[in-house]
Amino acid sequence: MSLVESQLTPETAVYRQVVPAGDGWIHEVKQGQVFRIVDLEGNQAADTLFFNAHDYSDRYSAVDTIREQGNLYLTTGSELKTIHGHTLMTIVADTCGRHDTVGGACAMESNMVRYAIEKRYMHACRQTFVRLALEWGGGLEKRDITHNVNFFMNVPVTPAGKLTFEDGVSAPGKYVEMRAEMDTLVLISNCPQLNNPCNAYNPTPVEVMIWDV
Amino acid sequence: MSTETSVLWEESLPGGSIWSHVFKRGTSLRVTDTEGSANVSVLFYNADNFVERYNMPDTLKCQHTAHLTQGHCLYSDMGRVLASITHDDLGWHDPLAGFSNKACVARQFGEGTYQALRNDWHTNAHDLILVELAKYGMNERDFTASVNLFSKVVVEDDGSFRYVEGHSPAGSTVELRSDMNTLMILCTCPHPLAPGGAWAPKPVGLTVKRVPLPTLHDPCRLSRPENGRGFTLTERYFL
Repeated sequence: MSLVESQLTPETAVYRQVVPAGDGWIHEVKQGQVFRIVDLEGNQAADTLFFNAHDYSDRYSAVDTIREQGNLYLTTGSELKTIHGHTLMTIVADTCGRHDTVGGACAMESNMVRYAIEKRYMHACRQTFVRLALEWGGGLEKRDITHNVNFFMNVPVTPAGKLTFEDGVSAPGKYVEMRAEMDTLVLISNCPQLNNPCNAYNPTPVEVMIWDV
Repeated sequence: MSTETSVLWEESLPGGSIWSHVFKRGTSLRVTDTEGSANVSVLFYNADNFVERYNMPDTLKCQHTAHLTQGHCLYSDMGRVLASITHDDLGWHDPLAGFSNKACVARQFGEGTYQALRNDWHTNAHDLILVELAKYGMNERDFTASVNLFSKVVVEDDGSFRYVEGHSPAGSTVELRSDMNTLMILCTCPHPLAPGGAWAPKPVGLTVKRVPLPTLHDPCRLSRPENGRGFTLTERYFL
């Protein structure tokens, strides 16, 4: 894994917002702006979806993104592709090293399968995704909630085809930064998961920052 | 419900084409790679509520796998089993690489128009699936990850993808039991990571069967404790 630091400093950001665990964030990032997510306390998962801001059907596609780059993990240089092959964002700095996009987002229903049927009541990422999508409007709804990026999550796949959730490779203050190649609507659920040791059962805040460059 | 297995009908699906059917709970689809090296990209939806659909991450993470084979369940985003793999000769079907689009096909095989080639034209999965979804009132916003039957893509330790040529010999079969009323959309365009060259998409044989509902001893139910809960939630949906 190669780590790439940014030359940008938080003091020059035009926008900063802390997103607590279990909460979400939806915001348009304009073409040319640089967007950063900071893992403030370490090993947090920032579940993130991206949409062409002018056509929400032209949205981030995990499978197209990893196939076109020929690699499962996202890091500096990765281009986040839509179902039409457009590049929404390019990752330009990454002090974590790699990010997952096949682990998906937790849901009340998947928690019932993964952990116990009695876990249904627990808060989950897809609750946040759907609520923010509906509140944002523009026709966004549940069917637009597809397979997301899990920034700071470590989901290794082996050559034998095993998939595991490992302790994060992230740490307090690690960040990932991307340049918007198109006007992009970004939707984050800061993961509230309490059943998974990947965040030490302790979900924590992230911070988002935007620069005009 | 019958406890007998019976064949309802059989047909063959040419390469480079699209097909769909609502498989009622208690039916199954056996797919045969008649010539070898076929690819079938399959999408799954709950036919009683299309907004419930196959979820690749939920399927993989609850079974701790990045490939699909006999014993695995294909989960919807609602924690239910849309279909389960009750038979597989191959040991590996690809859930990660998605389906082809016009750019992939042009890169692999070049342009091939209907005007020049008639029904041997160079079709792509994106366009065929879009039109098939429209027949059920859906569109590209309903695209999901596909399961690519008969195809194998290995993820190396550094995360890089390696497409395995010649993975599926002629005669390989895989059987998908429908555990809900499940719309399956099948597309036989080549895998997007397959080596290019001459356009020769492979046909497959389809056998539609009536099959018993899964018992308490069903191998897919018992393959993981998660799947036991998945079948419980699926059965409650039909109560």
